[in-house]
Amino acid sequence: MIKINNLHCKVEAQDGEEKPILKGLSLEVPAGEVHAIMGPNGSGKSTLSYVLTGRDGYEVTQGEMDFSGEDLAELEPEERAAKGLYLSFQYPVEIPGVPTLTFLKEALNAQRTARGEEEMSAPDFLKLAREKAKAIGVSMDMLKRPVNVGFSGGEKKRMEILQALILEPKFLILDETDSGLDIDALKTVAEGVNTLRADDRGMLVITHYQRLLDYIKPDVVHIMADGRIIKSGGPELAHELEAEGYDKYLTEVA
Amino acid sequence: MAAVKETIEDVKKLEADKYKYGFTTDVDTEVAPKGLNEGIVRYISAKKDEPEWMLEWRLDALKRFQEMAEPKWAKVDYPPIDFQDISYFAAPKAGAKYESIDDVPEEILKDFEKLGIPLKEQEVLLGVKGAAASAAEARETPKVAVDAVFDSVSVVTTFKEELAKAGVIFCSISEAMRDYPELVKQYLGSVVPTTDNYYATLNSAVFSDGSFVYVPPGVRCPMELSTYFRMNAEGTGQFERTLIIADKGAYVSYLEGCTAPMRDENQLHAAVVELIALDDAEIKYSTVQNWWPGDENGKGGVYNFVTKRGDCRGKNSKISWTQVETGSAITWKYPSCVLRGENSRGEFYSIAVTNGRQQADTGTKMIHLGKGSTSRIISKGISAGRSDQTYRGLVSVHAKAEGARNFTQCDSLLIGDQCGAHTVPYVECKTPKAVLEHEATTTKLSEDQLFYARQRGLDEEAATALLVNGFVREVLQELPMEFAVEAQQLLKVSLEGSVG
Repeated sequence: MIKINNLHCKVEAQDGEEKPILKGLSLEVPAGEVHAIMGPNGSGKSTLSYVLTGRDGYEVTQGEMDFSGEDLAELEPEERAAKGLYLSFQYPVEIPGVPTLTFLKEALNAQRTARGEEEMSAPDFLKLAREKAKAIGVSMDMLKRPVNVGFSGGEKKRMEILQALILEPKFLILDETDSGLDIDALKTVAEGVNTLRADDRGMLVITHYQRLLDYIKPDVVHIMADGRIIKSGGPELAHELEAEGYDKYLTEVA
Repeated sequence: MAAVKETIEDVKKLEADKYKYGFTTDVDTEVAPKGLNEGIVRYISAKKDEPEWMLEWRLDALKRFQEMAEPKWAKVDYPPIDFQDISYFAAPKAGAKYESIDDVPEEILKDFEKLGIPLKEQEVLLGVKGAAASAAEARETPKVAVDAVFDSVSVVTTFKEELAKAGVIFCSISEAMRDYPELVKQYLGSVVPTTDNYYATLNSAVFSDGSFVYVPPGVRCPMELSTYFRMNAEGTGQFERTLIIADKGAYVSYLEGCTAPMRDENQLHAAVVELIALDDAEIKYSTVQNWWPGDENGKGGVYNFVTKRGDCRGKNSKISWTQVETGSAITWKYPSCVLRGENSRGEFYSIAVTNGRQQADTGTKMIHLGKGSTSRIISKGISAGRSDQTYRGLVSVHAKAEGARNFTQCDSLLIGDQCGAHTVPYVECKTPKAVLEHEATTTKLSEDQLFYARQRGLDEEAATALLVNGFVREVLQELPMEFAVEAQQLLKVSLEGSVG
């Protein structure tokens, strides 16, 4: 599903200076699997999520990223979205004046149009939204409010997952979806994510902590440091990390 | 939000020709010789067959104008205007006013048709009948009476008879002077006196036509009234004058739209609008201004120096200004309310968009004189390209205006890094018994928001459209339904190519 080979990427900082962040990252997530990426601050986890989704200022200098047989680097962000790539943001953005329902309907229909499908009618969309919102414990009132405006950290993360439930992407990147969540919210969000697990869908879960992985059980865990994957293993690797910290692995590399 | 999609499609259609109103109409026009002097003022007055008192009024204004200096305090920059190089009167040849729609030259009808302004009452009526499946729907698709002003003169006013049945007078101001001299004499210049300011004084001397509305006591005007201004002739200025009076307990909603052909030289537009609301009366005045803004290098475009003021003369009266400003090279405009009546209310809702090299200095004045008078100002400015925009507002509460309240909110949105937004609020309060609130924000159309929307599948143009729509939503909601859709489309067209 997603194949990343020897990916190098530099990022333009505020001062205009370019800094290499990814330094030869390779990773493969087949359909039906959930992979977790763990790593210390500054290892390039969020950069990876932005490079994959095509954010401006994140320039691939070497290597390939392939999504279901297509070269991602060739596609605009909205084209990647229409192909089914979805990013649950670490810091979801507020959009004043635009009701969440309007935003999602426009987004869904833009994706459908791009895929050559028919647009969803307003009543059908409302039905879909109502059903998915109920599943994840979001009120319709909240969906009528402007996108993320005045929502708590937990509500924003819940909204990110609700959006995924409605847009039904092929591949999800969850960037620190657990940050800012209390344990109850974490459980609800994880349940939402788990309903999205499917044989034809892949996921990449980026997190600092083992905690989230208790609820979203990964097939493979990768440890990332200094812009590379330095170790991969089964779910037990996350537990080792939690117990021993990153230092052991970082020194192994050095 | 289907309008978003429609808008985007509209934008695409317009790619070849950004300003779709840039055509000229080939119609025989009578143009006065260039220059500003007593002779020209007499010429205009004679052309319009005006009474002696009107001529005196004009000549007095001209004398004052010649002693005045052009104001320089606005944050706009343009070469000096040569007032002697402008023609102050242009009219389609065949006479000032056509008795019926059938007499209007085909070219002019076609011109208004291209602009989407229905002048043929029958067509409008048929359209309404066809659409009105039920009585409820019929109420929701109101008729709009139109006064069409072509260059300097009003060419036709529709639905006059139907309005007359309700007692509403809606005609050109020239006709009003002839048919209702007492009303005109009583109210003309009573809100914006001849000597009010440089451009208003110029207008008083040379104004050629405009609309006149009188709604008698207790009457709710049965339809929206609308004036459509079109500048066509080359090298002319347009100086129209609008006077609207809502007598005790009356209500009227009035719409104004403007376009002009694309020309290399600048065209001058200096209008005056006066509104008078007596006891318990309400006037709602909406504008969609889309004069030719000039090309991207700042060549050509309309200089728009307009004085608009409403007088809430009676108690519990209300005047509400809503404007969508997207056109003109220079905009200098401050629709204001004098809140004279006890418990009177003034409102100002504004969306101003500048792109390319446009400059706009716009805002409002709320003058609180009456006890318990209230006002509300919501201004949304969007600057893109290399444009510059200023909100300039005055809230003044006089000593006697106990219990006055004002709420002001000015938000500016910047698109790109070459444009400017400025906010200049003046607040004066001479009584301790008033409450004034002011909120202001300036934000940049953020990369974060754009990327977020694009990650969800919207392309850059659709994402921008959505974000801008969100930004101006509060004000769009104030516009009459049909106008809101038009305004939304206009916003997108105006901002085309401003990102990326």
